Amino acid sequence: MVEDLLASSPGLLNFGIFFLLATVLLLVILGFVTYAILAERKVMGFMQLRQGPNQVGGRWGLLQTVADVLKLLIKEDTIPKSADRPLFILAPVIAFAPAFMVVAVIPFTDKLQFADIGVGLLYYIAISGISTVGIVTGGWASNNKYALLGGMRAAAQMISYEIPLVMSVLGVILLAGSLNLNDIVDAQSSGWYILKQPIGFIIFLVASIAELNRTPFDLPEAESELVAGFHVEYSGFRWAFFMLSEYVYLFAMASLTTVLFLGGWGPLPFMDFIPGAVWFSLKFSLIVFLLIWVRVTLPRLRADQLMEFGWKVLLPVALANIFLTALLKELFNFM
Amino acid sequence: MIRTEEMLLNVGPQHPSTHGVFRLVIKIDGEVIKEATPVIGYLHRGTEKLAEDLQYTQIIPYTDRMDYLSAMTNNYVICHAVETMMNIQVPERAEYLRVLAMELGRVASHLVWWGTYLLDIGAVSPFLYAFREREMIINLLTELSGARLTFNYMRVGGVKWDAPEGWIEKVREFVPYMREQLKGYHQLVTGNEIFMKRVKGVGTYSKEEAINYSLSGANLRCTGVKWDLRKDEPYSIYDRFDFDVPVRTEGDAWARYECRMQEIVESLKIIEQAAAQFPAEGEIMAKVPKIIKAPKGEAYVRIESPRGEIGCYIASDGKKEPYRLKFRRPSFYNLQILPKLLKGENMANLITILGAIDIVLGEVDG
Repeated sequence: MVEDLLASSPGLLNFGIFFLLATVLLLVILGFVTYAILAERKVMGFMQLRQGPNQVGGRWGLLQTVADVLKLLIKEDTIPKSADRPLFILAPVIAFAPAFMVVAVIPFTDKLQFADIGVGLLYYIAISGISTVGIVTGGWASNNKYALLGGMRAAAQMISYEIPLVMSVLGVILLAGSLNLNDIVDAQSSGWYILKQPIGFIIFLVASIAELNRTPFDLPEAESELVAGFHVEYSGFRWAFFMLSEYVYLFAMASLTTVLFLGGWGPLPFMDFIPGAVWFSLKFSLIVFLLIWVRVTLPRLRADQLMEFGWKVLLPVALANIFLTALLKELFNFM
Repeated sequence: MIRTEEMLLNVGPQHPSTHGVFRLVIKIDGEVIKEATPVIGYLHRGTEKLAEDLQYTQIIPYTDRMDYLSAMTNNYVICHAVETMMNIQVPERAEYLRVLAMELGRVASHLVWWGTYLLDIGAVSPFLYAFREREMIINLLTELSGARLTFNYMRVGGVKWDAPEGWIEKVREFVPYMREQLKGYHQLVTGNEIFMKRVKGVGTYSKEEAINYSLSGANLRCTGVKWDLRKDEPYSIYDRFDFDVPVRTEGDAWARYECRMQEIVESLKIIEQAAAQFPAEGEIMAKVPKIIKAPKGEAYVRIESPRGEIGCYIASDGKKEPYRLKFRRPSFYNLQILPKLLKGENMANLITILGAIDIVLGEVDG
């Protein structure tokens, strides 16, 4: 659908359609974020002997996040006197925009995808790297020592974990022979890559948690050490932007994991009467739940241990995985 | 040319991991701490000075507010000091109630430590699990004293209230329950690779250093010194119970963690035995005069609180108020080693080291 539009001559109608589609996607994601936050709080509550939100919007707290966002919207917008004003304002936007941009390439079903570009995977990885800039900028511009430390940690961490992340995906690319996310899903019709690339999957999962800045890799905002890290000076909606980008990334990363390793919208054998969208959301929810579970369970790593783990464990294993995959594919035509 | 400079960072007085209003001025180079200076006194209320104008019974609620996580031991130390001076024999039943209250308090205090320590290290859930069990202990102690934290339960010569009906059975039921929960704690945390990496070899000091810095409690026992006043200078009726003093030799945060976790087990042993031996009836107060006047002279007693050795010195000139009162507050003494431990450490280790010392600011500031 999008291809036809792209090929057609530019006009107001096309622009309108694009605009409408983007808005719909935006709303879908915001809707997800609203309920992902609620789900996280509910699941955490369930695991921690608590109720979670249960006041606003019935006993499931269905409107809690909406109320929270409203509250953040009407909060006073404070900018510290000695902060670097333009950068301080710009930072949340830099962190936030790429989070949305990456979602465009994710194929939710065989029909529902907004931009089917040839190097979809590369696009995702490249764009998501920009968010780090936003975080470092925010940390620097706040003119706060804790924020600065948090920003620096974020930079070091995200650079270190971007590499194993890419390397772990290379195995998938080798098997599928394509960087296109649709092709990758199609290639998994015979078997999901979580089975053919178990090592790759584990590395990808670990590295993606680090990329998402979630426990046990939440050092940039380590609450007990750096108070809140890079966003310590942010309040109101600017702060919400950082949080929002974090959750949109959660959405994007869970989608990407589903696409790369769990066969995307592809059904389990003999169960293809269930539509692809359902399959996708099932697998996707599973990953999100796993991420929440990890967050509730584990303590935080130390910065130097984090680096050590990234460079000395994940990266070599990822490289070995690529080598092994290539060998198996070439010699035995195994996959 | 890159120019680097050291950064002066104020950790606290309002910081989530200083457990109260503790301030630490640190000089950091990147994330490496060059120098650390603790600043205390934000919670100073002058308990000792105030006590000079108070009758002995009136001092007891003030001690509740020193180490507010184990108020029972504080109650005990002041009562014990006055009893020693006046040579009062505390009735059997009261002694058992005291020991039960103190040991339950010790378990509760260690649970808070365990939960908050894990919270400092970044794991959120253990805190809530620990508080579930702690809540049960608090409920037990509330039934006994009517208060949740500031019990004001003990009196010179005994305890204020007798155990309500069915209380001792509840205590007996609590022991196996807690043992079961401890297994879960160990499963969740103790074997965790990340946790071990965070605490092993962090904040290490030797036996000699520990003694020179006058450390006590788990902070001392983690270096291999087997010193527990309950065993070495038995007070109250501790000589009647069979329990061990957990000792580790590594002297790091991990050893302190293990010591404290093991102390919970030992405390449970004491509670179990005390609940079994609990006399069915008897007095809870010794015969003491209406107005308590400690005889002229002085006395120093010390007992084992969850945080270490808590001591109470009373100098009396025979009036109903003490002439001078002094508490040896273990958190205050244990904190002294902090600047030495922090030098050259990583920012993240700051929290691990401070947390492992287990301070209560109310006690540090007195």
